[in-house]
Amino acid sequence: MNAGAMNTVRMMDAEPVADRTQPLLKVRGLGKLYGPETGCQDVSFDLYPGEVLGIVGESGSGKSTLLSLLSGRCPPDSGVIDYRRKEDDWLDLYSASEAQRRTLLRTEWGFVEQNPRDGLRMAVSAGANIGERLMAQGMRNYQQLRAVGLDWLSQVEIDSARIDDLPRTFSGGMQQRLQIARNLVSGPRLVFMDEPTGGLDVSVQARLLDLMRGLVRELDLAVVIVTHDLAVARLLADRLMVMRRSRVVETGLTDQILDDPQHPYSQLLVSSVLQP
Amino acid sequence: MNTLIEVRDLSKTFTLHQQNGVVLNVLRGLSFSVRAGECLVLHGHSGAGKSTLLRTVYGNYRPAGGSIRVQHQHAWLELVGAEPREVLAVRQQTLGYVSQFLRVIPRVATLDVVMEPALARGWSREQAQARAEHLLSRLNIPQRLWQLAPGTFSGGEQQRVNIARGFMVPWPVMLLDEPTASLDDSNRQVVLELINEAKGAGAALIGIFHDRQAREAVSDRLLDMTPQEQSVHLTAKELLQC
Repeated sequence: MNAGAMNTVRMMDAEPVADRTQPLLKVRGLGKLYGPETGCQDVSFDLYPGEVLGIVGESGSGKSTLLSLLSGRCPPDSGVIDYRRKEDDWLDLYSASEAQRRTLLRTEWGFVEQNPRDGLRMAVSAGANIGERLMAQGMRNYQQLRAVGLDWLSQVEIDSARIDDLPRTFSGGMQQRLQIARNLVSGPRLVFMDEPTGGLDVSVQARLLDLMRGLVRELDLAVVIVTHDLAVARLLADRLMVMRRSRVVETGLTDQILDDPQHPYSQLLVSSVLQP
Repeated sequence: MNTLIEVRDLSKTFTLHQQNGVVLNVLRGLSFSVRAGECLVLHGHSGAGKSTLLRTVYGNYRPAGGSIRVQHQHAWLELVGAEPREVLAVRQQTLGYVSQFLRVIPRVATLDVVMEPALARGWSREQAQARAEHLLSRLNIPQRLWQLAPGTFSGGEQQRVNIARGFMVPWPVMLLDEPTASLDDSNRQVVLELINEAKGAGAALIGIFHDRQAREAVSDRLLDMTPQEQSVHLTAKELLQC
C-alpha cells in the first residue's frame, strides 16, 4: 500500500545482526532499599538478545523498584548495569552522562507503562505520538512520518482512520497498543514493560498478549516484563525471576518455575492462583 | 547406530513446602540411552513416574541429581543445570515433546499453532503452511477449522492439533506422553504411522503407551520403571494438586 512506510520501517530494523552469544545487559549486585526488605537487593543476571525475562512476585516484593533501576529511571544504591550498544561497546548505565542515558531511552530502549496515559502524550494525535521518537532522531519529512504512523497503527491493529484522533478518544486496549507502537517505532532492542495488561479487560488482554508475542519474535526484542499475572508470564516470558521481600528467591525456565517451583514462596505463589 | 540421548543416575524429588515439607522420591538412579531410529517405551504402573521422567528430560521438572545429555547441533550438551536459553535452544532444534494436551493460546488460529515450531526454526511461511496442511488433513481435522483458534474444539480435535504440531518438524529426539490415548482407530493408526516415519528418519524416541497394540507397533525396548519399594502411593501429579 505505502512502500514508503515499509522502507522506513525496514530501515529502522536493518541493524547488523547482533552477536547473540553475548549478553545485551549485564546486571551485578543491584540494589536500592527504602527500608529493611523494601526495595530490592543483590540482583544479578544476564539478558541475551531476543530473550524475554519475567519478574513475578506479590505487591511490595520489589519488582517495580527493580524495573526503575534497570530502565535508567532511578539510580541504585549499589551494583552495576552494563548495556551493550548497537555499536557493540559497553555502556555503564549510571556512569554514563545524563544525555547518553536519555538518548538510549529514546532509541535503543523502550518502556511500556501499566497505565497508557503515563506513556502517551494525551494532548497530541495518535500519529504524533508514534512519530515523536523519529522526530527526536531528526526525521522531519511529514509524508514519511505519516506513512510510518499509518504502518505502525496497522501493525498494532488500530484502524488507520484514527491517525489524527487524540488518544483520549481511544479505548484502554487501543491506548495500550498505541503506547507499544510509540515505543517500537525507533527499532529498540530492549523493552521494559510494567504490568502491560494490568488495567485491561480479560478479552482485551488476550488480544494484546497475542500481539506482543508476535512483535517480540518478529522484531527479536529483549524484554524485561514485570507482572503479577502468572498466565501472562507463561505466555510471554522465556524465563522468570521470583521476587519476595526485596530479594530474588528463584530463577529459571518459565515452565519449570510454574510447573515445578522449588522455593517455598514460589510454591505458594503458584498454588495460590485460582484456576478458571 | 549412534546414541542421541544418554541419561545417567537420574533422580527427581518433590519437596512440598506447603505440605509440611514432605519429600517424595519419584525417580531414583535411572540410567538409559536411546539410539537413532530406536523407540524406548517406559513401562510401569500409574504412579511409577513415567510422565515425571519425560517432563524431567524436557526440562519442565528440575532434576534432583544425575545427568541428561543430548546430541545437540553435533555436540553433547548436559541439560542438568543448563541455562534457560540453552534448554530453549535444545527445545527448538533437538528435543520434541508430544502430550495429549494442547496448551491453547487465545486467538491464535489452528494453522498457526501447528506451524509455530517450523517458523521458529526459520522455515518460510509457504513451506511451513504446506506441511501443516498436510498433517492436519492426515489427522482428519476438517479444513473449515484450520483458520479457527482451537480453544473451542473438542478434546479429541485439540489432541490431534497438538500431535500435528508435535510432528511439524523433524526432531532428533522425541518424547511421547501417550499420544494415542483416547483416539479412535483410524486416527491412532495415523499417529502410529507418524511415529514410525520419525523412527525411519532417524529419531530417538522415548514414549509412554498404555495401549498394548500401540506399544507393540512402535516399541524396540522397554524400560521397567516399577519401583523397588512401594513407598509412593499417590502419583506425583496427584500430590502436586493436593
